[in-house]
Amino acid sequence: MSEFVYLYREASMPASPQAMQDRMVKWLAWFRDLEQTGHMVSKGHPLHRTEGGVVRDRKGSLTDGPYAETKDIVIGYTVIEAKDFEQAVQLSTGCPLLDDGGLVEVRPIMKL
Amino acid sequence: MEELEASLFRREFARLTAALTRIFGVANLALAEDVVQETLAAAFEEWSRTGIPQHHSALLMTSAKNRAIDVFRRERTARKFAPEVRHLIENEWTLRPAVEELFLLPALKDDELRMMFSCCHPQLVEDVQVALILRILCGFGVEEIAAVYLSGVAAIEKRLFRGRKVLRTSHRLFELTAEDFAPRLSAVHRALYLLFSEGYHGASADGVIRPELCREAMRLVRLLVDHAPSATSATHSLAALMYLDAARLPGRVDDSGDLTRLFDQDRSRWDKKLIAEGLSLLELSATGDELSDFHIEAAIAGMHAGASRVEDTPWSQIVALYEVLARIRPSPVVELNRAMALAQVEGPERGLEAVRTIGGVERLGSYPFYEAALGELELRCGRNEIAQGHFRAALKLARNNAERRFLARRIADCEA
Repeated sequence: MSEFVYLYREASMPASPQAMQDRMVKWLAWFRDLEQTGHMVSKGHPLHRTEGGVVRDRKGSLTDGPYAETKDIVIGYTVIEAKDFEQAVQLSTGCPLLDDGGLVEVRPIMKL
Repeated sequence: MEELEASLFRREFARLTAALTRIFGVANLALAEDVVQETLAAAFEEWSRTGIPQHHSALLMTSAKNRAIDVFRRERTARKFAPEVRHLIENEWTLRPAVEELFLLPALKDDELRMMFSCCHPQLVEDVQVALILRILCGFGVEEIAAVYLSGVAAIEKRLFRGRKVLRTSHRLFELTAEDFAPRLSAVHRALYLLFSEGYHGASADGVIRPELCREAMRLVRLLVDHAPSATSATHSLAALMYLDAARLPGRVDDSGDLTRLFDQDRSRWDKKLIAEGLSLLELSATGDELSDFHIEAAIAGMHAGASRVEDTPWSQIVALYEVLARIRPSPVVELNRAMALAQVEGPERGLEAVRTIGGVERLGSYPFYEAALGELELRCGRNEIAQGHFRAALKLARNNAERRFLARRIADCEA
């Protein structure tokens, strides 16, 4: 078994209260699924979508905001366990972001 | 996990926005909406992982309160807030206690009711009033409102912009003790009636019935019923009408989403609890001398709801009620409905006579159900070909897919 990170990327938040609630219910169901099938390592955290910055030197000068590189910014992450990359990808297809044009970046965690 | 209320976030949006609008002042309505949106967004992010806590409402209110304090601190020099809070927020020591007091339960109680009255400002046309109500009191997103009206998002944004602009001139939420309470209450009635009709008839969209709009209208009319000064006879009759009509919704649309005629509906699907509640509201409305179109429509709805079979419907009483309605609110559609009820009592030939003598029938020119009514009655007289001709004419006038499918079925029924 290996560990993988899901980096969630999205261009914009669910717009309306109802859209937020519908998405929330789907997240809870998917996370519960991953937990019950023994794949969940850490649910992770949501990341603020507008505040933040990029540090590029030792002086700590800040440039850019979260939107620096792409319009699909990282809005959160989760750590899961799967037997291989294929399975990690397969497990990610349940992510509710995918219904609304969001992306899940699947990255293996490097081990010795 | 306990069953989550289907429109929890929308309800909370309404509750919190009303409270923050009172606290920030109506001039800052858009700011209030933004703060509430942020509060819900933060809850959404966190609760997607931790699960929805039991005391979610209280937690949201606390979160909104803390954001309000931050807003006051940040914006007290840049913005004009409501007169009552202005001097309290200037001082860091009084800021928190002042805001805490503004969020106490007795203060929160009337916020949504007052917001509803505010939205029905006389300078706004009904469409704008309903758009404001949908946005602020029902927590609908702009795209969701646009979907109801089959409008573009830009058009809805414009309506809301116009609405907020007029609302700003009021400074405060509507005071329920104001002198113009009575006419404003009338305006609220009209707006809620319009909102209910949008949901019940699918008036402006693709003909799709939207029960959630009916539920919202019923929730809001309940606010009027539960507040003594607005619990008038007219309010009770409007509420009765809504409950009784909504009770029939499960029968009105069949499993494939198609409209079913009143005569064909499976009445066992009608909601008995809503009927009971509607009938008791109808009784409450029967006090005093007031007689409005709501009273009549509610009484007619009550007669349908009370009949477990089509044959048990007191049709002659319904005919009489339509005659009274025609005097209060003369309209060819009312005459048409009377003619159809008359056909139940005196037969389809009499019904046809009545339809043919409707005054101002040109106004029904683009109303498909005029031709459909003629078709209905000709079919009952056994004149299938003529009936089919009328249904075809009606089909040409159909305004949406639901009507088209319904009329196509009637055309096919004439072949039998």
